[in-house]
Amino acid sequence: MCGIVGIYYKNKALNKDLGSMLGSMLVQMSERGPDSAGVAVYRNPLDPPGVKLTLHTADDEYDWSQFRSLLAVAFSAEAEVEIRASHAVVSTTAPLQEIRAWLELHHPGLRVMSAGSTIEIYKEKGAPREFVERFQLQDFAGSHALGHTRMATESAITTQHSHPFSTGLDLCLVHNGSLSNHNRLREELRRNGIEFQTDNDSEVAAGYLMWQLHQGASLERALNRAIQDLDGFYTFAVGTRNGFAVLRDPIACKPAVLAENDDWVAMASEFRAIAQLPGVDQATVWEPAPARVYSWGEE
Amino acid sequence: MHPDGRHCIAAGVDAPLEIGIEGHVGYYCAGMNKQAHISISGSAGPGVAENMMSGTVRVKGNVSHCAGASSNGGLLIVEGDASARCGISMKGSDILVAGSVGHMSAFMAQSGRLVICGDAGDFLGDSIYEAVIYVAGKVGELGADCVEKEMTVEHRQSLAELLSAADVSADPESFRRYGSARKLYNFNIDHASDY
Repeated sequence: MCGIVGIYYKNKALNKDLGSMLGSMLVQMSERGPDSAGVAVYRNPLDPPGVKLTLHTADDEYDWSQFRSLLAVAFSAEAEVEIRASHAVVSTTAPLQEIRAWLELHHPGLRVMSAGSTIEIYKEKGAPREFVERFQLQDFAGSHALGHTRMATESAITTQHSHPFSTGLDLCLVHNGSLSNHNRLREELRRNGIEFQTDNDSEVAAGYLMWQLHQGASLERALNRAIQDLDGFYTFAVGTRNGFAVLRDPIACKPAVLAENDDWVAMASEFRAIAQLPGVDQATVWEPAPARVYSWGEE
Repeated sequence: MHPDGRHCIAAGVDAPLEIGIEGHVGYYCAGMNKQAHISISGSAGPGVAENMMSGTVRVKGNVSHCAGASSNGGLLIVEGDASARCGISMKGSDILVAGSVGHMSAFMAQSGRLVICGDAGDFLGDSIYEAVIYVAGKVGELGADCVEKEMTVEHRQSLAELLSAADVSADPESFRRYGSARKLYNFNIDHASDY
């Protein structure tokens, strides 16, 4: 089943409300996805060459202060480590490839959830309400965000199988549905240099988009190509550094509703996730048409 | 009442009531309605007025898929657009959409009237029985066994009455009629060996 939500601000004065709006949307989708929850938040963009990595540990007792000192020893560049429940965001000007290699060698227990200048991804097993409280979602200010509540069907209930998935810098995808050609497509994408962390079908969709964007396609064009190349049922919400998009498969058997007013665009599996948002009475509410790409914010 | 998108609002009503809903509703609003006149000042999710028996359901906004599915009687009016599978398997109701409808609308529709003032998506009236479809706008690919039929004076008269009863302004002259070619659901003795 699963529930997906997304919010994108047209009026940047509302950025401060991102976390509280996202949290209320996520909790409304609890019945569609009680097993795990996750969000991708686009906030505090770093100027080049700054990068952010969101790291996850399965160890409740993990010593982040020791990690912080080891990081300072290994890299001369300044680095900040912001801890949030089982996750931490590392912001640094050190080269991304070197950081990744260092993490892999010295901290194999840490999993990289996202990397980019703007994106942060948090996800964890358990009910959406617990997730919202544990990760203090109301603290987040930002330009746009995606969220997912998962009812596990095709793979295990673990943090790494939870959504959202990110397979490239600042790209994120949430998915309701299932893909049928993901195994073959994953192999093709691997041959083209896209890396995958799990056997999950939705991660393949994210990898496919990354590959298209690498080829120079715009988000809109990449999604139009996805209609041809992805086989299965899907409603996708996709985020990039500046952009936000929604796509449903040509049969449109997975639900989706869009709402837009002068201040924001919101997407959800069911309207009740949008009903709580301030300004909803001024919003146009409609069901996105099958096989049509809706996108905002991409230059 | 502000339902905030909740599901199954005013479902299963069996009384001659006037019910007004202020705001958007979720799934199956006014399902199985009998006798009541229900008005929704907002949009509705999947399955609005599904299996309606009688009465009226009016939606001021847009509706999601399967609007009026399997409805036996009564009148459903959608002032905005309807999504896929509008009037699927309808069995005698009248459904009037002031905007457009999505794909697979009136699939296997048995009787009643589906009136579309805007456009219709692909596979309109696929495997249709004896329901009648009127469309003012463009029609995508027609479904199996669905054909355009002659618009007689009687059809125009009945459509004009329905539009007026529903208080929807559209010119009855602008509509075309679609229905079953009756090749799919009739047993054809000449083809007995094919079955």
